[in-house]
Amino acid sequence: MGLLDLFRAHRHKGTASIAKERLQILVAHDRATRNQPSYLPQLQREILEVIRKYVDVDMNSVSVNYEQDETREVLELNIILPDAPAAKGI
Amino acid sequence: MAKIIVITSGKGGVGKTTTSAALAMGLAQRGHRTVVIDFDVGLRNLDLIMGCERRVVYDFINVINGEANINQALIRDKRCDALYVLPASQTRDKEALTKEGVGKVLEELGRSFDFIICDSPAGIEHGATMAMYYADDAVVVTNPEVSSVRDSDRMLGILSSKSRRAEKNEEPIREFLLLTRYCPERVAKGEMLAVEDVREILSLDLLGVIPESKAVLTASNSGVPVILDIESDAGQAYGDAVSRYLGEELPHRFLEFKKKGFFSRLLGG
Repeated sequence: MGLLDLFRAHRHKGTASIAKERLQILVAHDRATRNQPSYLPQLQREILEVIRKYVDVDMNSVSVNYEQDETREVLELNIILPDAPAAKGI
Repeated sequence: MAKIIVITSGKGGVGKTTTSAALAMGLAQRGHRTVVIDFDVGLRNLDLIMGCERRVVYDFINVINGEANINQALIRDKRCDALYVLPASQTRDKEALTKEGVGKVLEELGRSFDFIICDSPAGIEHGATMAMYYADDAVVVTNPEVSSVRDSDRMLGILSSKSRRAEKNEEPIREFLLLTRYCPERVAKGEMLAVEDVREILSLDLLGVIPESKAVLTASNSGVPVILDIESDAGQAYGDAVSRYLGEELPHRFLEFKKKGFFSRLLGG
């Protein structure tokens, strides 16, 4: 290592801390999805189909979250309805 | 009954085969009858790393299909009497590894060996799941690098859900972290994830840290498991890992970077 590297090393801090942070978030997310019941994606699709019968929503407006702690399991359903709900002539 | 250890990682090129060869040789050197099996059907390489590539006559798939018996396929290591290699097939399709077939071969080996090391192929496909299915213990080989750590974590998920132990609700597979290609100098500069970071993210017991070392390539060039290079840092680190696996408590070596003096840095020495 020469004189120049000595200054360079001081100028920018290492990227290892960025890697650690990104991994911690990613691994936590991966583990959360891993423990979900396998029917969840299918459930999400079918719920969306039912809602679409009545309201115009797209795939991204429906989110299905599954959380689990030691005592209970929570299935959370979040649907964002469009601003001006265009009822499909029922 | 033999202990079945899978060497796995998810990601390729992190050192599974190097590790399989080293751990198998280390266990055998300590007097345990050990067999190391190559599960990488179609891309076999363990024979090359073990230096027995010219002695392969029958392979794992031949044994599964009943075309050869286990004793015809096993290759005895010339350096260590307690060590045998079961090579993978170079030509067959990996689908030839059936759960029943693998189970039968492992059961037969289990009667005459103390340890069965399963060298897993990369990925999470059929070959990799077959390698880990019957495992009692898993050594997860990881590089201090984001994609390797992530893949290791995915593999941990598979170990805990798709193994025989998981399916039969038995005690889960014991999982160990083996960090390879570690560069203490780059860690000191903050350029590389530190061993503690990786251990914390994966929350695993640390079996060993193998430093990045020229000895690994030198060893594979000549078909000698690197653990036999007792002068080298990597060889010693693998030796420590084997001792730890067998229950010894040893401090981890080669984690510190010895700083050079100011003048040697200045002069680029």
